[in-house]
Parts: sequence; C-alpha cells; structure tokens
Amino acid sequence: MSDHPTSIPSGTQHNSSGPEHRRYFFDTFGITERLLERCLGEALSAGGDYADLYFESIASTSIGLDESLVKSASQGMSAGCGVRVVAGERTGYAYTDDLFADRLLRAARTAALIASGPAKEPVTGFRERAQQDLYPVLSPEGDANIAGKLDLLLRADRAARAADPRIVQVRASFSDEVRRILVAASDGTFASDTQPLARFNVFVIAKDGASIARGSAGGGGRVELDYFHTEKTPEGFATEAVRQAILQLQAVPAPAGEMEVVLGPGWPGVLLHEAVGHGLEADFNRKGTSAFSGLIGQSVASSKVTVVDNGRMPNRRGSLNVDDEGSPTQETVLIENGILKGYMSDKLSSRLMGIPETGNCRRESYQAVPMPRMTNTYMLAGDDAPEDILRSVKRGLYAVNFGGGQVDITNGKFVFSASEAYLIEDGKITAPVKDATLIGNGPEALKYVSMVGHDLRLDEGIGTCGKEGQSVPVGVGMPTIKLDRMVVGGTSRS
Amino acid sequence: MIETLNQHQDLTAALATELIDRALAAGATDAEVVLYEGDEFEALVRKGEVERLKESGSRAAGLRVFLGSRSASTSTSDLTSAGLERLVHGAIDLARVTSEDPFSGLPDSSSFGQLRDDLRLCSDDVAGLPAAERIALARRADAACFAADPRITNTRGGSFDSGAGHKILANSRGFLGEYRRSICSISASPIAQSADGQMQRDYWYSSARSSAALESPESIGAEAARRTLRRLGARSVPTQQAPIVFSPEIARSIVGHIFEAANGSLIYHQSSFFAGKLGERVASPELTIIDDGTLIGGFGTAPFDGEGLPTRRTVIIERGVLKSYLLNTYMARKLNMQSTGNASRGITGAPGIGAGNLFLESSSPLPSASILVGVKSGFYVTELIGQGVNMVTGDYSRGASGLWIENGELSYPVEGITIAGNLREMFQHISATGDDMVFRSSIASPTLRIDGMTIAGA
Repeated sequence: MSDHPTSIPSGTQHNSSGPEHRRYFFDTFGITERLLERCLGEALSAGGDYADLYFESIASTSIGLDESLVKSASQGMSAGCGVRVVAGERTGYAYTDDLFADRLLRAARTAALIASGPAKEPVTGFRERAQQDLYPVLSPEGDANIAGKLDLLLRADRAARAADPRIVQVRASFSDEVRRILVAASDGTFASDTQPLARFNVFVIAKDGASIARGSAGGGGRVELDYFHTEKTPEGFATEAVRQAILQLQAVPAPAGEMEVVLGPGWPGVLLHEAVGHGLEADFNRKGTSAFSGLIGQSVASSKVTVVDNGRMPNRRGSLNVDDEGSPTQETVLIENGILKGYMSDKLSSRLMGIPETGNCRRESYQAVPMPRMTNTYMLAGDDAPEDILRSVKRGLYAVNFGGGQVDITNGKFVFSASEAYLIEDGKITAPVKDATLIGNGPEALKYVSMVGHDLRLDEGIGTCGKEGQSVPVGVGMPTIKLDRMVVGGTSRS
Repeated sequence: MIETLNQHQDLTAALATELIDRALAAGATDAEVVLYEGDEFEALVRKGEVERLKESGSRAAGLRVFLGSRSASTSTSDLTSAGLERLVHGAIDLARVTSEDPFSGLPDSSSFGQLRDDLRLCSDDVAGLPAAERIALARRADAACFAADPRITNTRGGSFDSGAGHKILANSRGFLGEYRRSICSISASPIAQSADGQMQRDYWYSSARSSAALESPESIGAEAARRTLRRLGARSVPTQQAPIVFSPEIARSIVGHIFEAANGSLIYHQSSFFAGKLGERVASPELTIIDDGTLIGGFGTAPFDGEGLPTRRTVIIERGVLKSYLLNTYMARKLNMQSTGNASRGITGAPGIGAGNLFLESSSPLPSASILVGVKSGFYVTELIGQGVNMVTGDYSRGASGLWIENGELSYPVEGITIAGNLREMFQHISATGDDMVFRSSIASPTLRIDGMTIAGA
C-alpha cells in the first residue's frame, strides 16, 4: 500500500493573493469573508453542531454531431449556494441561486430550522490549507476553443465511416464543464477549487443484412482539450466503437446460469463499484442499512483482493483536490487482502461513528445535500498473467466491456451488464455473445476471486454514479480477474 | 462585472418575449425561450427523528436561437440583465459554428396550440400545508413501518416531498404559453431482518397533485412493510424457462420500453427494433398502448409540449399493431410525418421526445389473481435492477427479485436471479393482462404475464 501523505496546513490566513478560484466568488458575486461569517452565524442561530456554505458556479458546453453535421450546441451557466446545518444526526438544508446577501442569509435561516436550542458561535477566522494540484486550471470560460472541439467530432465521424462500410450511423458528442467551488464551514474550513471535466463519446450502428448492432466508446477526465489530440484521439474512440458494433453483428445468445467468469481489465471494475463500493459508504453503515454493516475486520473477499478508493489520481474523472466539504481527498484502503478495513466517510459520519474522515463527501450540485460517495475505486494488481487466467477456464464467460450496474445495498444483490463478452471454451476465447447482465451478492462475490492479473488498468473516464437521485463523475479500475462462480443472465442453456 | 448586482427580474411572459426580441435584434432569425421557476421541500423522518429537512427554490432561463438553418442553445440561472445578455449573445455566437441543417427550425405557426380546459395540475393545498404537518406525515409513514411487525428493525426513513413549478414557453413565431404544476408524495422505506440476520428493504409511496389526494401515511407504511417482509428468506432458483408475471409497478417498465422503441429519434437513427415496422404486428393482439398528455390531473399532463404544440392522445399500438411513432417537430420532418406533440424541453438544449401519460389498454383483462392461477410454476417479479436493455436489438437481461409461483399461488421469495429474453418476442408473448392498472406515476400498466423468458440462477 502506498502511504497517505496529507496536505500541510498553511496556518496562514488567506488574503488577496489567494488562488484564482476563491477570488472568483469574491470578485464576481461580491462575497466577503464577513458575509461568510454572518451566514454561518445565522445558520447556527438555533444551535447545531456544524454548518457549511457551499458556493458553486458551473459553465458547461456540449456539442453533438449526427449525420456528419454539427446539429447541436449548447452552453449553460449556473451558480448558487447551499447552506447546511447539522445537529446530531439531523441535517437542515436550503439553497439559493441568488448570491445577494439577503438571500444567502435567508437560506441560512431556513437551514437553521433543523436545530432547536441556544445559538452557537462559528469558529472565528477561516483556515485555508495548502492544496493538491491534480488537474489543470482552464480558462474561465472553458469553451475558448469551440472550433477545436468541432474538429474532434468531425474527425471521429470520418474515422468511423472509413473504418467499415457496414457502419450506417455515427453520432459523436463532446461535453465539458468548469466547476468552481468555495466551501466555508463553522469549524473554520475554507477551501476553493476549480474542477475541469471533459468527455468525448462516439456511438455507431452497424448493419449487415438483417443483423444490426450498436457500439460506443468514449473517455475523458479532468483534462484539457489537448488530451484528445495527444492521449486519446477521436480516431481511437471511433475505431473502438466500430470494432464493438461489428463484433456484435455476429454475437450468439449469452449463456444462462452460474459459471466461471473472467473479467477484463479497466472498466469491468464497475464490479467493485457495485459489489462493495456502495455498501462501504459510511452513511449506510452508520444507519445499519448496508449488507456490510458491522463487518469491519472480517473477511469479505479472497485474500488476493485489495480494493482502494483514491480521489487523488491526477486528471482522473473521479478525482478532486478537495471534496465538497473542503477536505483533501485521499487514498483509502477499503479491503486489504480480503479483510474489510474501512468505510468511505464524510465529516458527519466520521464524527458520529468515530471513524477517520476520508475526503469522500460529494454532491451533485449546490442544490443537493452532500453524502459519502466514491471517487476512483479499483482493485490492486496481482501476480497472474491474464493469458493464464483465461487458460484456466474450462467453460465460462470472458467479459471485457460493460454498460451500467446497480446494487441493492441492504441485501447486497448487485448487477452489471456486459456489452462485450465472449464464451470461453477449454481455455480459449470463442464466440462473442449478446448483452447479458451478471448478478451476484456483494459480501460474497469477491470471495470467489481465485486469480488476479498483473494488468491493472483504470477506465477511460466515462463513469457516472447515481445515489439518491444525485449523479457524480467517478472512476473504476481492475486487473483481469477470475471469479469461480457468478450468475450470467443470458438466454442460452446449452 | 458590477452590473450583475442588479436585482432579479420576475419570471413573466413579458420577460420571455423581451428575450425573444433581444435575440432577434442580435441577429437570430427565430428564437425560443423557456423560463422556469420551482420550489422543493423534503422532510425525511427516521426512527421518530427528523433526519433531513430541505426547502428551497430556484429559477432558470433557456434560449434556443436559429440563424437560418443553424441553431444553438444556452441556459443560465443568472437572471440579471447581464446574465440574460450573455444568454442571448452566447447562443448567437454558438449557432454560428454549427452546421446548416435544413430540417431544423421552429414548428410552423399553424401547429401551435394549447389545451384551455382546467387540467387540474396545480393545487394550492400543497404550498399551503404547514411544515409541521408535512413533517408529521413523514413521521407517521415511518412509524407505521415499525408498527406493522417486530421484524421491521430499521428504516431508510419516511418522507414527505413536495414541489411546485411554473413554466413559460414562448417563441418568435407567436407561441406563448405558461402553466403551473404541483406535486407531493409520501413514501416509506422499511428494512426487515430475519432471525439469521438477513436484511431486506422495499418501499411504497403515494403521489398526487393535491395533498388532499394522498393516501394515508399509515396505509403507505403498512404496505411498505408488507412488501419488505415478504422478501425475507429470499433464495435463488435453478436456471430454467418459466412464465413470468410482472406486478403492475414492474410491468410499467415494459410499457416504458414500448415507448422507447417507438421514439422517433431512435427510429430515425435505426436504433430501435421498431424501425420500419409501422402497420405491422409487434405485440400480442390483446395489447393497446396509448400515450395521452391530456388526462385531467395526470402526472404526465401538460397543456402544450416542449415546442408549443397542443398535447394529444396517440395510439402507439392498437391490438398488437404498431400505429404511430412518437415525434417532435425535427424527427417528424426527418421521417416525413407530423409531430405527435411529444417534444420534451428542459432548460438546456434542443427538444427531445418524451411521454405524456403512458398506459396499456387490454382487450381482455383478467383479475390479477386469475393470472396467477394459470401458472403452475413461474416467477412473480416485484423488482428489477440494472439497465440491461438494448433497444437496437431488443436484447433484454435484468436482475430480478420477487416471489415464486407454485400451483397458482405466491409461494416463497426469490432473489439473485436474472430474467432474459428479447423485447420483440416478449411483446408478442404477453399472454395475459390484468384489470389492476392504477396511475401511480405517468406510466401505468396492469399485471402482465410474459412467456418464453429465461431465468438464470443457481
């Protein structure tokens, strides 16, 4: 396990030479430190243990190509502030999209209604910590190079159409945003960040006689536009989408029933997100509603399995310099050699459960109440060669690409849906199979991991996680692994 | 940027038309404006304690402009004069870089219209309900879960949620419309524990446009508890083919897939297995599927669609035969058809295609109990998880929980299995439909029995 260096508190009061993202709220909306203190004071006017203000401003752009035409282009601007008051296990929340002092104070008074007691005083004087620097800070508009983005779409379109004559539809899209946040809390926390996020996607339809199939590929992260010229090109995404669609033209029905399953590296790590990730978010465990409640220190996976959540990987979709409570993100060991080590927590869970705070507090927007969420969740590499893993399977499924997944955290049942998978027969990959859902039980599934490859890979940067109606970008990763048993939900019983 | 410190303007039809004028003055050949303001309230009570209380409102404006056959959209929550100026000029600048598309453009003005009847979409009693009473409703729903059975040991809380929205749509071809909608709901989400420590959860809810129309929190808590308790002791079943009976709340997803398959955008993009099937038999002859955006008080009702066309009743499937796709103006032009008034328009982006009130009409409905009676050995689905549906091919594979049917009766709980098939065949193989359809949201279905699917399990 790597060490967990933490940010060093600067100990200095912030001043006008602070980072650009803080000045943004101060300069653009006329926010002052005095106003922040007044709002926090108002928020704790009926008591409570903790209050925070979360300012957010998002500028987003999205363009879409269809039939070789740039048919859609949109830009959005939103800004607002959420006020939260925590009293014991109770949370009061209010927000405003109007950042004038009177509206902010009114939101603070509304959130304060959750508590009932004598007023509390927030800590005086904010403390701003030195901060991680995991991603580039883009231009304020984030959309300076619209022509460059259009060119990427057109390149993807040309590449996909040139790749195979059976491609009859190509659609491509590019979306990016710059999200600025400022967090000020009654415990003295003061943090700000500017978070870029970009995503490129290609979707194709292939047709051959009566047979028709889809393919898609995409990627991105907290990166600049240049990433799509140098690291991951439109041609790369286009060829991958075409490959998947053409492959699916010949797919045979997927098998049905329990069998050995080999998962490829990278995006199949969505298994971890569903099987163990959600169940290890501290809020569910604090309330005793997770199938993993009370299992710390117990075996929940084979000894070959070590799973971490790591919010501090440069440029990754799930990474954050600070979480949405202003705490630095970190690398947190969830499962170590099969033993459940810890939960992903926020300030509230950390205080109520007496567990370490892990910088996992996230929210969809200023309108949403924050809660513990994943960042980038992955399994560490093992010793096995991927080809040996495949060779060891007599009859099974080799799944390398997935759509989404879902979990019932209370009974532990989870699913994830394979979009590219093959039969394994006598150690060899044979026919591609149609889409099929795989189902398992979270606290049990990883006990059947019998081989772990040395080929750890992170996904391409396409994951969005939903919890209680809130979507946040996340990453997953995994080496090639073998599960000795898992239920495959196809239609073929042969 | 000191001008952003101006006071907000009110959201009025006058503001919408002013924005259109500003867009035209800035060079747009056509423009469309959406203004939206809404408020939300949430009270979550767990084990007698208020766990979360949320109350707020927000506003936003969206603009779509055309420069000849080029178009682009912008949206903002900054309704100051400066913010609206950026909204207009941002859209114009963006439209200049898009491609010319001769099929783009606002609808013809002759197609505009709106329902003038009182659709009963908004009730004052929602906003008028005092916070203490809302919290009390949530508290009673949660308490009813615990009161139902000692095996209910925990909950994810009882909640009362409400919201109200005001939407204004206007365009440069003369459409101007606005409406208000209110909604409120009570829900309960208990957790039951068996002697061996297994935990199960489920939920139940009641939604309505008026708080007076909500079911009692006691009945919601009791039903949520009943649904949760029947899952205790769930186990897998062997892999097999067996008849599958979809309970009404799950059968809704099957009706939803029919809408998706008939979505004009998917049809045009060859991304639906219904493409080219108009006039053909695509489902069991007892099936008629209707989308109706005009139902009085409906969860999916509105006086006009996202482009200013009146909402209407569209028969999608009539006795098994595909009669109509669902279209907005753009897809109708591409397919050389007429819009069905199904344009959906949020604040951001161009209009998509969305359902109004979507439901199934059966030519030979059966009491749901008699649907079970006909099943010697089969699976009654009460929950589906995952997204394993491919609309291009119809391939269907989802995780499922429910109850095993033995000799016509619900027998023991089942989980950890998948059900799989192909929607093309599943629609044809609907062999029985119930008489128990209730609108609990904008999509409704009675109990459905589908034959020929594969269950994968132990």
